[in-house]
This record gives sequence, structure tokens and C-alpha cells, in this order.
Amino acid sequence: MSNQPVLFKNARLIDPARDREERGGVLVRDGLIQAVGPQVSEASDAQVIDCGGQVLAPGLIDMRAFIGEPGGPYRETLKSAGEAAAAGGVTTVVSMPDTSPALDDPAVIDFIVRRARDTSMVNIRPAAALTKGLEGREMVEIGRLREAGAIAFTDGARSVTNAQVMRRALTYAGDFDALIIHHVEDPDLVGQGVMNEGEFASRLGLPGIPREAETVMLERDVRLVRLTGGRYHAAMISCADSAEIMRHAKDRGLPVTCGVSINHLALNENDIGDYRTFLKLSPPLRHEDDRQAVIDALADGTVDVIVSDHNPQDVENKRLPFAEAADGAVGLETLLSAALRLVHSGRLSLPRLLRAMSLRPAEILGLPSGRLSAGAPADLFVFDPDAPYVLDKRHLRSLSKNTPFDEARLEGQVSTTMVGGRVVFRRDTM
Amino acid sequence: MTDAPRSVFPHRHLLGIEGLSPLDIQALLDLADEQVEVSRQIEKSKSTLRGRTQINLFFEASTRTQSSFEIAGKRLGADVMNMQVGSSSVKKGETLIDTAVTLNAMRPDIIVVRHHAAGAVHLLAQKVDCAVVNAGDGAHEHPTQALLDALTIRRNKGRIEGLTVAICGDILHSRVARSNMILLAAMGARVRLVAPSTLLPPGIARLGFETFTSMEKGLKDADIVMMLRLQRERMNGSFVPSVKEYFRFYGLDQEKLAFAKPDALVMHPGPMNRGVEISSDVADGAQSLIREQVEMGVAVRMAVLEALASHLPNR
Repeated sequence: MSNQPVLFKNARLIDPARDREERGGVLVRDGLIQAVGPQVSEASDAQVIDCGGQVLAPGLIDMRAFIGEPGGPYRETLKSAGEAAAAGGVTTVVSMPDTSPALDDPAVIDFIVRRARDTSMVNIRPAAALTKGLEGREMVEIGRLREAGAIAFTDGARSVTNAQVMRRALTYAGDFDALIIHHVEDPDLVGQGVMNEGEFASRLGLPGIPREAETVMLERDVRLVRLTGGRYHAAMISCADSAEIMRHAKDRGLPVTCGVSINHLALNENDIGDYRTFLKLSPPLRHEDDRQAVIDALADGTVDVIVSDHNPQDVENKRLPFAEAADGAVGLETLLSAALRLVHSGRLSLPRLLRAMSLRPAEILGLPSGRLSAGAPADLFVFDPDAPYVLDKRHLRSLSKNTPFDEARLEGQVSTTMVGGRVVFRRDTM
Repeated sequence: MTDAPRSVFPHRHLLGIEGLSPLDIQALLDLADEQVEVSRQIEKSKSTLRGRTQINLFFEASTRTQSSFEIAGKRLGADVMNMQVGSSSVKKGETLIDTAVTLNAMRPDIIVVRHHAAGAVHLLAQKVDCAVVNAGDGAHEHPTQALLDALTIRRNKGRIEGLTVAICGDILHSRVARSNMILLAAMGARVRLVAPSTLLPPGIARLGFETFTSMEKGLKDADIVMMLRLQRERMNGSFVPSVKEYFRFYGLDQEKLAFAKPDALVMHPGPMNRGVEISSDVADGAQSLIREQVEMGVAVRMAVLEALASHLPNR
């Protein structure tokens, strides 16, 4: 099937690497993009997909998704995550190591790589644990795990509180040019907190999480990066002060990048409303001023990537009093349309937005995808950025339905997704 | 044979390689060459240190270094006494200086000291009247090891100057590495340090040593590959993730040795962790000098003791 060439025609081409768009087509052969542009001619043997003027762009690369395999296949499998991703235009997913067992051993990474290849329709690239058992004490076999296929190193939803461990890991990872991704949230400052600290939390009678839980850890990490020179990516920042820290670090030329979750771009603490546990997240949703500051930081390039922070939780973990509910929301399928809100509200251009969801992740991860150019992998998707719909969570392909956007009015629907030259998703209504 | 020391060695103690001139080193190596011959005779005894008292004061257990010093002293005719510090008054809270003063009162002529703290031997040397030989202080220096390594290299390669020597492994915690780096650089060798960054002393590149984190690059065209021991407590995720990973990337096996020159020679100060920093086939292979190093150890220590003897009081 992947041997038959595919011609996308009549498309609005957006290549985030060139920050411009043009009318034209893309010819795909042998899993690679063979030609791009207005003059791409029809190959006689090619299957033709008429994009009907919709946007064709490099497939989205999501640097942060939790998948239940191994250990929690009822929440999500590599297969179901792949289906959700394909429907959302996501062609590469970086899976987090917070599984059971944790992804801290070359044999387990090898298993995930093989199983994802066999069962998932999109590329799933596992991030290995940074410390053994995600316990924050002893670094993992970074060299051997890289050889087994680990794309980055992170303790997933956990922070490494011991600065000496982080220092040595950054130092050692540097020898292998390995990327360390860190969840910046000091668990001691989080304490019993369950949402953003402030008047809203006080009104709800919920213990708060100060922004300093994030900024103290991020500032520490930036200083350790300066000491060690290791490549570092803060998984998600959520507040204005963190954006300031990142801006300063980048100005100094440090090898640091950061992400933001789609939830923190689209929502704020007020959306928690009447104790809605699907909006209980780590880091917590912040004040509207923080959301605006983070959007600004995304627009000026201080924030590099947008992640779904896809975190499937079953009903039993969410149908609880707010403080007792699990953190996390699913996001692979809604990533694009939630992000398009920023374009529709005029805060960000479409090429700029797509850059943060394809090209920048590819650059940070060292992947050849994320570009609309000849020779790049044919990981592509076609979407109508204006198509409106109301989200019905029952239609989500994820095994878990904990979306914060249930019944929300969204715009932007994926019509076709291609991974490695193979069409893996087509919306019927097109 | 006349045993009169004719040393031009101008130091009262041997506390480190630092502070020795290339001429001093040359003189010790020349003297050691002669001791090799003595040790290979049936009649191995000299009388240079007859009537002298040598105390081996080891605050850290070490079978090979202590016995090497003991044999060296005995072959020179000294009365050698080994102090088992583990069972001595140190365990009862006596300070290093109290121990030194006590020992000094017994009028030894030479004290050979090993201590786990860097600088401890220097401190002790200030408090005694006799000659002091550093047999290893913390991660600072181990001068007789560097001298025996140099002797081994010189006897096998005919020279030290101009050779490329790759010192590989736990440089950070190694006194052997430090003494060797200073000595080899002083004698005109090109010294490379090869280790994961977690085991390289910070700022070491600024001291003029080439550093590498890849064995392939670090061993390229090396004449000598000097492996260091990795302590067990550093293998499990603190400095290095695991033994398996360390051996995979930094353990010397035939594959990695092939990056060095075809006639490269392999050294290790011992005791070896086979399968951690070195594979058995390399350790026991044709390019290995490891057993010869042990023999040279006795000769070098005899040379050092003899050189210091010329400065002993009452001579």
C-alpha cells in the first residue's frame, strides 16, 4: 500500500520551516515527500487526493502523551492512542515512561518500539525514564536506552527534586547528546495543593499550588544547565514568571527549550467552575494573566512547542471529590482545534502555530519530519481550520474520555492523516 | 657492590609528583632500572637502609602497595613494620597529628603513609622528623604508582617523550590519574583523559589536558592505554548508570583497543574489575603490561627509599 504514490492536489500548503503558504500539491512516493509546490504534476500511477482547498501541513508532533501500555491498557493502548492521534492530525507521539513497569530498561524500550510499530498507526517514540523506577535517585542507562530507541529522558509527571541527581544526569546525558525533558513542579511546594493558589482556590476551599512550585524548579534547572551544558527541555510551563525565566535563559544562549500544554493555552482556573475534575491538571490551570503571558511567549518563540499532555484517566479516577481526583486530561484528538482558537482570535498566525506543533518538536527531538520539503518523511495531514463542531466526548477514540472540552464549540477538523506515506485516517464527511 | 647512595635527589620527602623536576624523575627512573636487576638476582638484598626503621602507616587497606613497600624496604636492609591502623588508636579517636607525634617519638627513619584524605600526608610530614613517602592520599596523589608506570613505559617504548597516553575511566576520584598526568606531561608525553563527563574533574581541560568522552576518539592513535579502577559505589546510578552501560561505552575490550595504535600497550594500576573497566582477554592479552607494572613497583619503591636515604639524619 505504501508503495503506491499519492498525490495531494488543490491544497493550501503550509511549511512552517518557510513560514509561508502557497497553493499547490504534494507528491508522495516510497514513504517520502518527493515534490512540493504549485507545479507538482500528476503521476499516472498515483492515487489522487483532492484537498479541496484545505490546509496541508506536516503532521503534528506531540512531545507529551501518557499511554497505558504496559500496565494500564484499560486507560489507553498504543493502538487506541494511535487512532486518537491520527484523527487529530498527530503523526508522531512521544510517549511518557510513567508506565508499569516504568520505561527505564532497554528491554522495555525495545518492547514499546516493536509493539508500537506493530499496533499503532502513527509513530510512537518512547521517552525513557531519567531515573531508575522514576524514583529520582539513580540515573538510567542513558547510552544503552538511546541505542534501544529512547528519544529523550524524563521522569514524566514527576520532578527530580535532588539537584545533584539532576546535575549528574545533565552532565552524563551531554556525552550522548541526549535530551532531558523535565516536569518542573517542586512536590514539596505543591504539598497538598490541587489547583492554582489564589483567590479562586480560596473561594472553593481548595489548597493551592503556588507558581513558585514551578519557577523555583525551573530556575534551578536553568542554573544546572549553565553548569553542565546538557540539553534541557522544560516539559510545560504555566505562568508568566516561567516565561520570563525561559526568555532570560535563551538570551544567555543556554541549550534550553520549553513547552506548554494545550490546556494552559485554551483554559484558565475559572474553567474549573463547579469542581470539574477533568480540569484538574499538573501543573494546575492558572490565572488568565498567566495564560495571556504564556500565549505571548509562544508568539515570540520563548515557548517552543505545544503539547497535548494527553493523560487518559478512567472514570473511577475522576468521579471523585476534586482534591482526590487524578490529574490529567486527554488531548490528542482536540489538540489542533483547541490550538486553532489562538489563530481564530488573532493571537497567532497559522504557520506560527503549526511551527510549535511540528517543526520545533522535530528540531528539538532531532527528527527529520515536521517539514514540507522533498526528502522529508511523508507524515502529513489535511485539515479545514474553520470547520465548526461541538465536541461529544463519546465520539473520542481514546479509551478514556476525560476531556476538558466536552460540549465545547470548536473549529478545525482533520480530514486526512498520512504517516510514512500511508493514509491512516480519512474523515467520512469530507 | 657498593651501596653508597649517590643520589642527586634533592628532596627530603616524596609527597607527590608535583614539585619534582624532570631531572628528579629521570634520576629516580635510572635508579629504579638498577633495582630491577637487583630484584632479579638470587641474592636480592642490599644494605642501604641497614639499621633503619621503616613504618608503613596505612589508614586505608591496600594489599599490593603495602607489600610492595615492605619488600622494597626489606631488600634494602631496613627493619620494616606495618601499622594496622584499622585496629589501632586511630579508631579510638586519636587524631592524625597525635598519631604522627607518637610515631615520631619512636624514631623511625622513613614513614610510608596512605590516607583517605587528600593532603593528610603533607600534614603528617610537617609533624615528624623522618622522611615521609606518600603511598596515596585521597584523590590527590600516588607518586610511586606514577613512577612505576613511567618506568614500565620507558622500558617498553624506550622513551616517554612524544608518546600519546590515554588515561581512561574514573579520573575524578583517581590519585593515580593525577600523579600520572603531572608526571607524563612533565616528561613530554601527550596526555589524554577519556571518561564520561561525570567522572572528569571539572575544569581539567583548562589545565591543558585533552579530554574525551568517547573511547573511539580518545584512544585513536594512542601508544599507551592506561585504565583506571571504578569503585563499586560509583557504578549504580550516581556517577555512572550501571556496570553494563559502563563496560559498553568505557570498558576496554579488543574492539575499543583496536582504535589505538596496533602496538599500543595496556596498563592498569590494579586491582582490576574484570568486565567493568577492562575485559579479561585484554587484561591478560599480549598488549598488557599489567603484571610487569607490579614488578616495576618494587623497583621504583626501592629507588625512592634509596634516594631519600641520602637525606636521612646522622648520615
